[in-house]
Amino acid sequence: MMDIWTTLMYSLTFSTVQRALIATPLIALCSSLLGVPLVLKRFSLIGDGLSHVAFGAMAIATVLNLTNSFLLVLPVTILCAILLLRMGQNSKIKGDAAIAMISVGTLAGGYLIMNLFKSSARSSNFSADVCATLFGSNSILTLSTLDVWLCAALSVAVVMFFLLFYHKIFAITFDEDFASATGMNAKVYNLLLAIVIAVVIVLAMKLVGALLISALVIFPALSAMRVFKSFKRVVLCAVIFSVLCALLGIFISIPTGTPVGSTIVAVDIAGFFLFCILGLIKRRRVHP
Amino acid sequence: MSQLACENLDLGYEGKTVLSGISFTVNAGDYLCIVGENGSGKSTLMKTVLRLKTPMSGKILHGDGLETNEIGYLPQQTVVQKDFPASVREVVRSGCLGRSGMRSTYSRADKQLAEENMERLGIAPLAKHCYRELSGGQQQRVLLARALCATRKMLLLDEPAAGLDPKATAEMYEWIRKLHADGTTVLMISHDITASVKYASHILHIGKQSALFFGTKSDYLQSEIGRRYADLGGIQT
Ligand SMILES: Nc1ncnc2c1ncn2[C@@H]1O[C@H](COP(=O)(O)OP(=O)(O)OP(=O)(O)O)[C@@H](O)[C@H]1O
Ligand SMILES: [Mg+2]
Repeated sequence: MMDIWTTLMYSLTFSTVQRALIATPLIALCSSLLGVPLVLKRFSLIGDGLSHVAFGAMAIATVLNLTNSFLLVLPVTILCAILLLRMGQNSKIKGDAAIAMISVGTLAGGYLIMNLFKSSARSSNFSADVCATLFGSNSILTLSTLDVWLCAALSVAVVMFFLLFYHKIFAITFDEDFASATGMNAKVYNLLLAIVIAVVIVLAMKLVGALLISALVIFPALSAMRVFKSFKRVVLCAVIFSVLCALLGIFISIPTGTPVGSTIVAVDIAGFFLFCILGLIKRRRVHP
Repeated sequence: MSQLACENLDLGYEGKTVLSGISFTVNAGDYLCIVGENGSGKSTLMKTVLRLKTPMSGKILHGDGLETNEIGYLPQQTVVQKDFPASVREVVRSGCLGRSGMRSTYSRADKQLAEENMERLGIAPLAKHCYRELSGGQQQRVLLARALCATRKMLLLDEPAAGLDPKATAEMYEWIRKLHADGTTVLMISHDITASVKYASHILHIGKQSALFFGTKSDYLQSEIGRRYADLGGIQT
Protein backbone atom coordinates (compact mmCIF):
# COMPACT_ATOMS: atom_id res chain seq x y z
CA MET A 1 0.00 0.00 0.00
CA MET A 2 2.78 2.39 1.03
CA ASP A 3 4.52 1.41 -2.15
CA ILE A 4 1.63 2.36 -4.37
CA TRP A 5 1.32 5.64 -2.56
CA THR A 6 4.97 6.55 -3.09
CA THR A 7 4.80 5.53 -6.75
CA LEU A 8 1.75 7.76 -7.19
CA MET A 9 3.39 10.71 -5.45
CA TYR A 10 6.52 10.23 -7.49
CA SER A 11 4.64 10.04 -10.77
CA LEU A 12 2.77 13.22 -9.94
CA THR A 13 6.02 15.12 -10.36
CA PHE A 14 6.04 14.31 -14.09
CA SER A 15 4.58 16.98 -16.32
CA THR A 16 2.89 14.36 -18.54
CA VAL A 17 0.97 13.05 -15.56
CA GLN A 18 0.05 16.57 -14.53
CA ARG A 19 -1.24 17.27 -18.01
CA ALA A 20 -3.27 14.08 -17.92
CA LEU A 21 -4.76 15.14 -14.61
CA ILE A 22 -5.95 18.38 -16.15
CA ALA A 23 -7.39 16.76 -19.26
CA THR A 24 -9.08 13.76 -17.63
CA PRO A 25 -11.69 15.56 -15.50
CA LEU A 26 -12.41 17.96 -18.35
CA ILE A 27 -13.11 15.13 -20.77
CA ALA A 28 -15.14 13.22 -18.19
CA LEU A 29 -17.19 16.33 -17.50
CA CYS A 30 -18.00 17.01 -21.15
CA SER A 31 -18.89 13.46 -22.03
CA SER A 32 -21.22 13.01 -19.07
CA LEU A 33 -22.89 16.38 -19.71
CA LEU A 34 -23.81 15.35 -23.24
CA GLY A 35 -24.50 11.81 -22.17
CA VAL A 36 -27.76 12.72 -20.50
CA PRO A 37 -29.57 14.09 -23.57
CA LEU A 38 -27.88 11.46 -25.73
CA VAL A 39 -29.23 8.57 -23.67
CA LEU A 40 -32.65 10.16 -23.30
CA LYS A 41 -32.98 10.93 -26.99
CA ARG A 42 -32.06 7.30 -27.73
CA PHE A 43 -28.97 8.58 -29.49
CA SER A 44 -26.49 6.35 -27.60
CA LEU A 45 -25.94 4.36 -30.77
CA ILE A 46 -25.02 7.49 -32.69
CA GLY A 47 -22.33 8.18 -30.12
CA ASP A 48 -21.01 4.68 -30.58
CA GLY A 49 -21.04 4.95 -34.36
CA LEU A 50 -19.27 8.28 -34.26
CA SER A 51 -16.49 6.91 -32.11
CA HIS A 52 -15.75 4.39 -34.85
CA VAL A 53 -15.76 7.16 -37.40
CA ALA A 54 -13.26 8.99 -35.25
CA PHE A 55 -11.11 5.87 -35.28
CA GLY A 56 -11.19 5.76 -39.08
CA ALA A 57 -10.22 9.39 -39.30
CA MET A 58 -7.48 8.83 -36.75
CA ALA A 59 -6.07 6.02 -38.89
CA ILE A 60 -5.87 8.36 -41.87
CA ALA A 61 -4.24 11.02 -39.72
CA THR A 62 -1.65 8.51 -38.53
CA VAL A 63 -0.90 7.39 -42.07
CA LEU A 64 -0.58 10.99 -43.23
CA ASN A 65 1.80 11.61 -40.34
CA LEU A 66 -0.15 14.64 -39.21
CA THR A 67 1.43 16.37 -36.25
CA ASN A 68 -1.96 17.30 -34.87
CA SER A 69 -4.55 14.66 -35.62
CA PHE A 70 -7.34 16.80 -34.08
CA LEU A 71 -7.36 18.95 -37.20
CA LEU A 72 -8.46 16.06 -39.39
CA VAL A 73 -10.41 13.93 -36.94
CA LEU A 74 -12.61 16.72 -35.62
CA PRO A 75 -14.06 17.96 -38.93
CA VAL A 76 -14.57 14.43 -40.26
CA THR A 77 -16.41 13.36 -37.12
CA ILE A 78 -18.57 16.48 -37.12
CA LEU A 79 -19.49 15.85 -40.74
CA CYS A 80 -20.48 12.28 -39.99
CA ALA A 81 -22.46 13.37 -36.94
CA ILE A 82 -24.56 15.65 -39.13
CA LEU A 83 -24.94 12.88 -41.69
CA LEU A 84 -26.03 10.33 -39.10
CA LEU A 85 -28.54 12.75 -37.63
CA ARG A 86 -30.06 13.31 -41.06
CA MET A 87 -30.24 9.57 -41.65
CA GLY A 88 -31.92 8.98 -38.32
CA GLN A 89 -34.70 11.36 -39.34
CA ASN A 90 -35.08 10.00 -42.81
CA SER A 91 -36.83 6.70 -42.30
CA LYS A 92 -35.92 5.21 -45.72
CA ILE A 93 -32.83 3.55 -44.31
CA LYS A 94 -33.56 2.42 -40.79
CA GLY A 95 -31.71 4.73 -38.40
CA ASP A 96 -29.89 2.09 -36.39
CA ALA A 97 -28.94 0.06 -39.46
CA ALA A 98 -27.44 3.17 -41.05
CA ILE A 99 -25.41 3.83 -37.95
CA ALA A 100 -24.19 0.26 -37.81
CA MET A 101 -23.22 0.49 -41.48
CA ILE A 102 -21.13 3.61 -41.03
CA SER A 103 -19.57 2.48 -37.80
CA VAL A 104 -18.46 -0.93 -39.03
CA GLY A 105 -17.37 0.53 -42.35
CA THR A 106 -15.12 3.14 -40.83
CA LEU A 107 -13.72 0.69 -38.29
CA ALA A 108 -12.73 -1.78 -41.00
CA GLY A 109 -11.53 0.98 -43.31
CA GLY A 110 -9.42 2.54 -40.60
CA TYR A 111 -7.72 -0.71 -39.71
CA LEU A 112 -7.16 -1.52 -43.37
CA ILE A 113 -5.58 1.84 -44.11
CA MET A 114 -3.32 1.64 -41.09
CA ASN A 115 -2.27 -1.84 -42.10
CA LEU A 116 -1.62 -0.97 -45.75
CA PHE A 117 0.50 2.03 -44.93
CA LYS A 118 2.15 0.84 -41.78
CA SER A 119 5.63 1.46 -43.12
CA SER A 120 4.98 5.16 -43.64
CA ALA A 121 3.45 5.64 -40.21
CA ARG A 122 5.38 7.52 -37.62
CA SER A 123 5.78 4.68 -35.21
CA SER A 124 7.21 1.34 -36.12
CA ASN A 125 5.11 -0.44 -33.55
CA PHE A 126 1.95 -1.03 -35.55
CA SER A 127 -0.16 -3.10 -33.20
CA ALA A 128 0.58 -0.80 -30.27
CA ASP A 129 -0.61 2.10 -32.42
CA VAL A 130 -3.89 0.42 -33.26
CA CYS A 131 -4.37 -0.64 -29.69
CA ALA A 132 -3.79 2.92 -28.52
CA THR A 133 -6.41 4.34 -30.86
CA LEU A 134 -8.94 1.65 -30.05
CA PHE A 135 -8.52 1.32 -26.31
CA GLY A 136 -6.69 4.50 -25.37
CA SER A 137 -3.98 2.46 -23.59
CA ASN A 138 -1.97 5.25 -22.04
CA SER A 139 -2.26 7.88 -24.74
CA ILE A 140 -3.68 10.26 -22.17
CA LEU A 141 -0.21 10.23 -20.63
CA THR A 142 1.38 11.38 -23.87
CA LEU A 143 -0.52 14.64 -24.32
CA SER A 144 1.47 17.66 -25.41
CA THR A 145 0.89 21.09 -23.92
CA LEU A 146 -0.92 22.05 -27.11
CA ASP A 147 -3.21 19.01 -26.72
CA VAL A 148 -4.11 20.12 -23.23
CA TRP A 149 -4.89 23.64 -24.38
CA LEU A 150 -7.03 22.35 -27.21
CA CYS A 151 -8.77 20.02 -24.82
CA ALA A 152 -9.44 22.85 -22.37
CA ALA A 153 -10.73 25.15 -25.09
CA LEU A 154 -13.10 22.52 -26.49
CA SER A 155 -14.31 21.64 -23.01
CA VAL A 156 -15.10 25.26 -22.28
CA ALA A 157 -16.99 25.45 -25.56
CA VAL A 158 -19.01 22.32 -24.73
CA VAL A 159 -19.87 23.53 -21.23
CA MET A 160 -20.81 26.98 -22.55
CA PHE A 161 -23.07 25.36 -25.13
CA PHE A 162 -24.74 23.26 -22.50
CA LEU A 163 -25.27 26.16 -20.09
CA LEU A 164 -26.56 28.52 -22.77
CA PHE A 165 -29.01 26.02 -24.22
CA TYR A 166 -29.75 23.98 -21.11
CA HIS A 167 -33.51 24.57 -21.12
CA LYS A 168 -33.78 24.14 -24.87
CA ILE A 169 -31.85 20.89 -24.72
CA PHE A 170 -34.28 19.73 -22.06
CA ALA A 171 -37.25 20.70 -24.20
CA ILE A 172 -36.13 19.01 -27.41
CA THR A 173 -35.07 15.94 -25.47
CA PHE A 174 -38.29 15.65 -23.55
CA ASP A 175 -40.65 16.29 -26.42
CA GLU A 176 -39.28 17.41 -29.75
CA ASP A 177 -42.71 17.69 -31.35
CA PHE A 178 -44.02 20.02 -28.70
CA ALA A 179 -40.86 22.11 -28.83
CA SER A 180 -41.08 22.68 -32.57
CA ALA A 181 -44.86 23.06 -32.49
CA THR A 182 -44.53 25.99 -30.11
CA GLY A 183 -41.95 27.76 -32.20
CA MET A 184 -38.55 26.37 -31.23
CA ASN A 185 -36.26 25.53 -34.08
CA ALA A 186 -35.63 21.94 -33.07
CA LYS A 187 -33.65 21.20 -36.23
CA VAL A 188 -31.03 23.81 -35.39
CA TYR A 189 -30.68 22.57 -31.84
CA ASN A 190 -30.40 18.98 -33.00
CA LEU A 191 -27.68 20.04 -35.40
CA LEU A 192 -25.80 21.90 -32.68
CA LEU A 193 -26.18 18.88 -30.43
CA ALA A 194 -24.74 16.60 -33.12
CA ILE A 195 -21.74 18.88 -33.60
CA VAL A 196 -21.08 19.04 -29.89
CA ILE A 197 -21.39 15.27 -29.61
CA ALA A 198 -18.73 14.92 -32.28
CA VAL A 199 -16.45 17.30 -30.39
CA VAL A 200 -16.93 15.37 -27.17
CA ILE A 201 -16.18 12.08 -28.87
CA VAL A 202 -12.97 13.32 -30.41
CA LEU A 203 -11.96 14.61 -26.99
CA ALA A 204 -12.85 11.40 -25.24
CA MET A 205 -10.92 9.31 -27.72
CA LYS A 206 -7.72 10.71 -26.19
CA LEU A 207 -8.76 9.43 -22.81
CA VAL A 208 -10.30 6.01 -23.34
CA GLY A 209 -9.81 5.24 -27.03
CA ALA A 210 -12.41 4.85 -29.75
CA LEU A 211 -14.09 1.66 -28.58
CA LEU A 212 -14.66 2.72 -25.00
CA ILE A 213 -16.06 6.21 -25.54
CA SER A 214 -19.65 5.09 -25.24
CA ALA A 215 -18.98 3.91 -21.71
CA LEU A 216 -17.86 7.39 -20.74
CA VAL A 217 -20.99 8.87 -22.29
CA ILE A 218 -23.58 6.36 -21.14
CA PHE A 219 -22.64 5.12 -17.66
CA PRO A 220 -22.77 8.46 -15.82
CA ALA A 221 -26.19 9.28 -17.29
CA LEU A 222 -27.62 5.83 -16.60
CA SER A 223 -26.24 5.77 -13.07
CA ALA A 224 -27.66 9.18 -12.24
CA MET A 225 -31.04 8.16 -13.68
CA ARG A 226 -31.18 5.24 -11.25
CA VAL A 227 -31.25 7.58 -8.30
CA PHE A 228 -32.50 11.00 -9.36
CA LYS A 229 -35.79 11.97 -10.90
CA SER A 230 -35.38 15.50 -12.20
CA PHE A 231 -33.40 16.52 -15.26
CA LYS A 232 -31.30 19.05 -13.39
CA ARG A 233 -30.30 16.60 -10.67
CA VAL A 234 -29.56 13.87 -13.18
CA VAL A 235 -27.25 16.19 -15.11
CA LEU A 236 -25.47 17.38 -11.97
CA CYS A 237 -25.12 13.88 -10.58
CA ALA A 238 -23.87 12.49 -13.89
CA VAL A 239 -21.17 15.14 -14.08
CA ILE A 240 -19.96 14.56 -10.53
CA PHE A 241 -20.12 10.80 -10.98
CA SER A 242 -18.12 10.92 -14.20
CA VAL A 243 -15.40 13.24 -12.93
CA LEU A 244 -14.94 11.25 -9.74
CA CYS A 245 -14.81 7.93 -11.57
CA ALA A 246 -12.32 9.25 -14.10
CA LEU A 247 -10.04 10.63 -11.41
CA LEU A 248 -10.29 7.47 -9.36
CA GLY A 249 -9.56 5.42 -12.45
CA ILE A 250 -6.48 7.38 -13.37
CA PHE A 251 -5.18 7.34 -9.79
CA ILE A 252 -5.55 3.57 -9.75
CA SER A 253 -3.97 3.04 -13.13
CA ILE A 254 -0.87 5.20 -12.74
CA PRO A 255 0.80 3.33 -9.89
CA THR A 256 -0.52 -0.11 -10.84
CA GLY A 257 0.28 0.28 -14.52
CA THR A 258 -3.15 -0.79 -15.81
CA PRO A 259 -4.37 0.87 -19.04
CA VAL A 260 -6.00 4.20 -18.16
CA GLY A 261 -9.03 3.92 -20.43
CA SER A 262 -10.26 0.52 -19.38
CA THR A 263 -9.55 1.23 -15.73
CA ILE A 264 -11.77 4.30 -15.86
CA VAL A 265 -14.49 2.33 -17.59
CA ALA A 266 -14.21 -0.41 -14.97
CA VAL A 267 -14.65 2.19 -12.23
CA ASP A 268 -17.64 3.58 -14.12
CA ILE A 269 -19.22 0.14 -14.23
CA ALA A 270 -18.61 -0.39 -10.52
CA GLY A 271 -20.17 3.02 -9.90
CA PHE A 272 -23.17 2.07 -12.01
CA PHE A 273 -23.85 -1.02 -9.89
CA LEU A 274 -23.44 1.03 -6.75
CA PHE A 275 -26.06 3.48 -8.03
CA CYS A 276 -28.39 0.64 -8.97
CA ILE A 277 -28.28 -0.50 -5.36
CA LEU A 278 -28.71 3.06 -4.11
CA GLY A 279 -31.72 3.42 -6.38
CA LEU A 280 -33.28 0.25 -4.99
CA ILE A 281 -32.72 1.38 -1.42
CA LYS A 282 -34.19 4.79 -2.20
CA ARG A 283 -37.28 3.22 -3.74
CA ARG A 284 -37.73 0.96 -0.70
CA ARG A 285 -37.63 4.02 1.53
CA VAL A 286 -40.32 5.79 -0.49
CA HIS A 287 -42.59 2.77 -0.85
CA PRO A 288 -41.91 0.51 2.12
CA MET B 1 -60.36 36.30 -41.33
CA SER B 2 -60.42 33.10 -39.30
CA GLN B 3 -57.61 32.09 -36.94
CA LEU B 4 -56.84 28.97 -38.91
CA ALA B 5 -57.85 27.89 -42.37
CA CYS B 6 -56.90 24.67 -44.11
CA GLU B 7 -57.51 24.52 -47.82
CA ASN B 8 -57.53 21.25 -49.72
CA LEU B 9 -54.89 19.54 -47.65
CA ASP B 10 -53.44 16.25 -48.85
CA LEU B 11 -51.58 14.40 -46.13
CA GLY B 12 -49.44 11.32 -46.23
CA TYR B 13 -46.19 9.60 -45.45
CA GLU B 14 -43.56 9.05 -48.12
CA GLY B 15 -45.90 9.50 -51.00
CA LYS B 16 -48.61 7.28 -49.53
CA THR B 17 -51.72 9.37 -49.13
CA VAL B 18 -53.49 9.11 -45.80
CA LEU B 19 -56.02 11.90 -46.23
CA SER B 20 -56.92 14.11 -49.14
CA GLY B 21 -58.98 17.19 -49.79
CA ILE B 22 -59.31 18.33 -46.19
CA SER B 23 -60.71 21.85 -45.84
CA PHE B 24 -61.91 23.56 -42.71
CA THR B 25 -61.74 26.86 -40.89
CA VAL B 26 -61.49 27.69 -37.23
CA ASN B 27 -62.59 31.04 -35.86
CA ALA B 28 -61.54 32.58 -32.57
CA GLY B 29 -63.55 31.01 -29.76
CA ASP B 30 -64.51 27.84 -31.67
CA TYR B 31 -64.38 24.41 -30.07
CA LEU B 32 -63.68 21.97 -32.88
CA CYS B 33 -63.80 18.25 -32.28
CA ILE B 34 -62.05 15.97 -34.76
CA VAL B 35 -63.52 12.47 -34.77
CA GLY B 36 -62.81 9.37 -36.83
CA GLU B 37 -61.61 5.80 -36.71
CA ASN B 38 -58.19 4.65 -35.51
CA GLY B 39 -55.61 5.23 -38.18
CA SER B 40 -57.78 7.60 -40.19
CA GLY B 41 -55.15 10.34 -39.90
CA LYS B 42 -56.34 12.63 -37.13
CA SER B 43 -52.96 12.89 -35.43
CA THR B 44 -51.33 13.37 -38.80
CA LEU B 45 -53.68 16.25 -39.54
CA MET B 46 -52.89 17.85 -36.20
CA LYS B 47 -49.15 17.54 -36.77
CA THR B 48 -49.57 19.15 -40.15
CA VAL B 49 -51.50 22.06 -38.67
CA LEU B 50 -48.61 22.46 -36.22
CA ARG B 51 -46.13 22.42 -39.12
CA LEU B 52 -44.37 19.35 -37.76
CA LYS B 53 -45.14 17.75 -41.11
CA THR B 54 -45.42 19.38 -44.47
CA PRO B 55 -48.63 18.62 -46.35
CA MET B 56 -48.26 16.94 -49.75
CA SER B 57 -50.37 19.72 -51.15
CA GLY B 58 -52.77 22.38 -49.96
CA LYS B 59 -52.43 25.40 -47.73
CA ILE B 60 -52.57 26.19 -44.03
CA LEU B 61 -53.29 29.83 -43.27
CA HIS B 62 -53.08 31.65 -39.97
CA GLY B 63 -54.98 34.86 -39.36
CA ASP B 64 -56.76 37.01 -36.83
CA GLY B 65 -53.49 37.81 -35.03
CA LEU B 66 -52.54 34.19 -34.44
CA GLU B 67 -48.83 33.65 -34.90
CA THR B 68 -47.47 30.20 -35.72
CA ASN B 69 -45.85 29.91 -32.29
CA GLU B 70 -49.04 30.78 -30.46
CA ILE B 71 -50.53 27.31 -30.61
CA GLY B 72 -50.40 25.09 -27.55
CA TYR B 73 -50.20 21.35 -28.12
CA LEU B 74 -51.07 18.31 -26.05
CA PRO B 75 -49.61 15.34 -27.93
CA GLN B 76 -50.74 11.75 -27.88
CA GLN B 77 -48.24 10.25 -25.40
CA THR B 78 -44.94 9.03 -26.78
CA VAL B 79 -42.76 6.24 -25.44
CA VAL B 80 -39.65 8.28 -24.75
CA GLN B 81 -41.41 10.29 -22.09
CA LYS B 82 -42.26 7.23 -20.04
CA ASP B 83 -38.86 6.87 -18.33
CA PHE B 84 -37.69 10.46 -18.55
CA PRO B 85 -36.25 12.05 -15.42
CA ALA B 86 -38.07 15.36 -15.22
CA SER B 87 -39.89 17.15 -12.45
CA VAL B 88 -43.38 18.48 -13.05
CA ARG B 89 -42.11 22.04 -12.76
CA GLU B 90 -39.40 21.44 -15.35
CA VAL B 91 -41.96 20.06 -17.79
CA VAL B 92 -44.49 22.84 -17.29
CA ARG B 93 -41.89 25.58 -17.60
CA SER B 94 -40.60 24.16 -20.86
CA GLY B 95 -43.86 25.34 -22.41
CA CYS B 96 -42.54 28.90 -22.23
CA LEU B 97 -39.47 28.25 -24.39
CA GLY B 98 -41.08 28.77 -27.78
CA ARG B 99 -41.19 32.51 -27.43
CA SER B 100 -38.03 33.04 -25.39
CA GLY B 101 -35.84 33.33 -28.51
CA MET B 102 -32.14 33.08 -27.72
CA ARG B 103 -32.55 33.82 -24.02
CA SER B 104 -30.94 31.07 -21.95
CA THR B 105 -32.92 31.37 -18.72
CA TYR B 106 -36.59 31.68 -17.86
CA SER B 107 -37.79 35.21 -17.18
CA ARG B 108 -39.63 35.97 -13.98
CA ALA B 109 -42.86 36.26 -15.99
CA ASP B 110 -42.32 32.78 -17.44
CA LYS B 111 -41.81 31.25 -14.00
CA GLN B 112 -44.87 33.07 -12.70
CA LEU B 113 -46.95 31.80 -15.61
CA ALA B 114 -45.83 28.22 -14.97
CA GLU B 115 -46.81 28.47 -11.29
CA GLU B 116 -50.20 29.96 -12.19
CA ASN B 117 -50.96 27.22 -14.66
CA MET B 118 -49.96 24.48 -12.21
CA GLU B 119 -52.23 26.17 -9.66
CA ARG B 120 -55.07 26.40 -12.16
CA LEU B 121 -54.94 22.68 -12.96
CA GLY B 122 -54.43 21.62 -9.36
CA ILE B 123 -50.95 20.17 -9.82
CA ALA B 124 -49.06 22.79 -7.79
CA PRO B 125 -48.54 20.32 -4.91
CA LEU B 126 -46.88 17.93 -7.36
CA ALA B 127 -44.39 20.50 -8.67
CA LYS B 128 -41.34 18.67 -7.33
CA HIS B 129 -42.57 15.20 -8.19
CA CYS B 130 -41.14 13.12 -10.98
CA TYR B 131 -43.27 13.34 -14.10
CA ARG B 132 -42.93 9.67 -14.97
CA GLU B 133 -44.17 8.56 -11.57
CA LEU B 134 -47.49 10.38 -11.85
CA SER B 135 -50.70 8.68 -12.83
CA GLY B 136 -51.91 9.01 -16.41
CA GLY B 137 -54.47 11.63 -15.43
CA GLN B 138 -51.94 13.72 -13.58
CA GLN B 139 -49.51 13.46 -16.49
CA GLN B 140 -52.16 14.73 -18.88
CA ARG B 141 -52.81 17.67 -16.61
CA VAL B 142 -49.09 18.46 -16.52
CA LEU B 143 -48.95 18.42 -20.30
CA LEU B 144 -52.04 20.63 -20.45
CA ALA B 145 -50.40 23.10 -18.07
CA ARG B 146 -47.34 23.09 -20.33
CA ALA B 147 -49.49 23.79 -23.35
CA LEU B 148 -51.09 26.69 -21.48
CA CYS B 149 -47.64 28.15 -20.87
CA ALA B 150 -47.11 28.26 -24.61
CA THR B 151 -50.29 30.18 -25.34
CA ARG B 152 -53.83 30.93 -24.29
CA LYS B 153 -54.99 31.64 -27.82
CA MET B 154 -55.34 28.22 -29.39
CA LEU B 155 -54.95 24.70 -28.00
CA LEU B 156 -54.57 21.53 -30.05
CA LEU B 157 -55.36 18.48 -27.96
CA ASP B 158 -54.71 14.96 -29.24
CA GLU B 159 -56.93 12.60 -27.24
CA PRO B 160 -56.55 14.45 -23.94
CA ALA B 161 -58.68 11.88 -22.11
CA ALA B 162 -57.06 8.73 -23.49
CA GLY B 163 -56.52 6.20 -20.72
CA LEU B 164 -58.21 8.25 -18.01
CA ASP B 165 -60.83 6.86 -15.64
CA PRO B 166 -64.37 8.27 -15.89
CA LYS B 167 -63.81 10.77 -13.11
CA ALA B 168 -60.47 12.01 -14.47
CA THR B 169 -61.99 12.13 -17.96
CA ALA B 170 -64.85 14.29 -16.75
CA GLU B 171 -62.39 16.54 -14.93
CA MET B 172 -60.20 16.87 -18.01
CA TYR B 173 -63.15 17.88 -20.18
CA GLU B 174 -64.21 20.31 -17.50
CA TRP B 175 -60.76 21.98 -17.52
CA ILE B 176 -60.93 22.27 -21.26
CA ARG B 177 -64.46 23.65 -21.11
CA LYS B 178 -63.34 26.31 -18.64
CA LEU B 179 -60.40 27.28 -20.84
CA HIS B 180 -62.72 27.52 -23.81
CA ALA B 181 -65.14 29.64 -21.80
CA ASP B 182 -62.22 31.95 -20.98
CA GLY B 183 -61.70 32.55 -24.69
CA THR B 184 -59.24 29.87 -25.81
CA THR B 185 -59.86 28.33 -29.21
CA VAL B 186 -59.85 24.54 -28.87
CA LEU B 187 -59.15 21.84 -31.45
CA MET B 188 -59.56 18.42 -29.92
CA ILE B 189 -59.20 14.89 -31.24
CA SER B 190 -61.47 12.55 -29.37
CA HIS B 191 -63.00 9.10 -29.63
CA ASP B 192 -65.52 10.05 -27.00
CA ILE B 193 -68.60 10.87 -29.04
CA THR B 194 -70.64 11.84 -26.00
CA ALA B 195 -68.10 14.43 -24.92
CA SER B 196 -67.55 15.66 -28.48
CA VAL B 197 -71.21 16.32 -28.95
CA LYS B 198 -71.59 17.80 -25.50
CA TYR B 199 -68.78 20.33 -25.63
CA ALA B 200 -67.92 21.09 -29.25
CA SER B 201 -69.23 23.94 -31.33
CA HIS B 202 -67.97 22.38 -34.57
CA ILE B 203 -67.23 18.83 -35.70
CA LEU B 204 -64.79 17.52 -38.28
CA HIS B 205 -65.49 13.88 -39.04
CA ILE B 206 -62.72 12.08 -40.88
CA GLY B 207 -63.33 8.88 -42.79
CA LYS B 208 -61.14 6.67 -44.94
CA GLN B 209 -59.04 8.97 -47.14
CA SER B 210 -61.20 12.09 -46.82
CA ALA B 211 -63.34 14.26 -44.59
CA LEU B 212 -66.93 13.10 -44.28
CA PHE B 213 -68.29 16.11 -42.52
CA PHE B 214 -67.30 19.57 -41.42
CA GLY B 215 -69.71 22.01 -39.86
CA THR B 216 -71.45 23.09 -36.71
CA LYS B 217 -72.52 20.57 -34.13
CA SER B 218 -76.24 21.06 -34.72
CA ASP B 219 -75.80 20.51 -38.47
CA TYR B 220 -73.77 17.42 -37.68
CA LEU B 221 -76.47 15.94 -35.52
CA GLN B 222 -78.99 16.51 -38.34
CA SER B 223 -76.76 14.84 -40.92
CA GLU B 224 -76.92 11.18 -41.88
CA ILE B 225 -73.37 10.37 -40.75
CA GLY B 226 -73.68 12.40 -37.57
CA ARG B 227 -76.82 10.57 -36.57
CA ARG B 228 -75.27 7.20 -37.27
CA TYR B 229 -72.15 8.03 -35.26
CA ALA B 230 -74.10 9.56 -32.41
CA ASP B 231 -76.24 6.44 -32.22
CA LEU B 232 -73.06 4.48 -31.46
CA GLY B 233 -72.62 6.64 -28.41
CA GLY B 234 -76.26 6.20 -27.47
CA ILE B 235 -77.04 9.87 -27.93
CA GLN B 236 -80.59 10.96 -28.76
CA THR B 237 -80.71 13.37 -31.67
N1 LIG C 1 -44.48 8.06 -39.04
C1 LIG C 1 -45.30 7.43 -39.89
N2 LIG C 1 -44.81 6.90 -41.04
C2 LIG C 1 -45.62 6.28 -41.93
N3 LIG C 1 -46.95 6.14 -41.76
C3 LIG C 1 -47.50 6.64 -40.65
C4 LIG C 1 -46.71 7.31 -39.64
N4 LIG C 1 -47.53 7.71 -38.64
C5 LIG C 1 -48.76 7.29 -38.99
N5 LIG C 1 -48.76 6.66 -40.18
C6 LIG C 1 -49.94 6.10 -40.87
O1 LIG C 1 -50.83 7.16 -41.14
C7 LIG C 1 -52.14 6.78 -40.86
C8 LIG C 1 -52.79 7.77 -39.91
O2 LIG C 1 -52.17 7.73 -38.65
P1 LIG C 1 -52.59 8.69 -37.47
O3 LIG C 1 -51.66 8.48 -36.33
O4 LIG C 1 -52.70 10.07 -37.97
O5 LIG C 1 -54.04 8.10 -37.09
P2 LIG C 1 -55.06 8.59 -35.98
O6 LIG C 1 -56.31 8.98 -36.70
O7 LIG C 1 -54.45 9.60 -35.09
O8 LIG C 1 -55.34 7.23 -35.19
P3 LIG C 1 -55.61 7.00 -33.63
O9 LIG C 1 -57.06 7.25 -33.41
O10 LIG C 1 -55.27 5.55 -33.43
O11 LIG C 1 -54.72 7.91 -32.86
C9 LIG C 1 -52.09 5.37 -40.31
O12 LIG C 1 -52.52 4.50 -41.33
C10 LIG C 1 -50.66 5.11 -40.00
O13 LIG C 1 -50.32 3.79 -40.34
MG1 LIG D 1 -53.82 9.66 -33.11
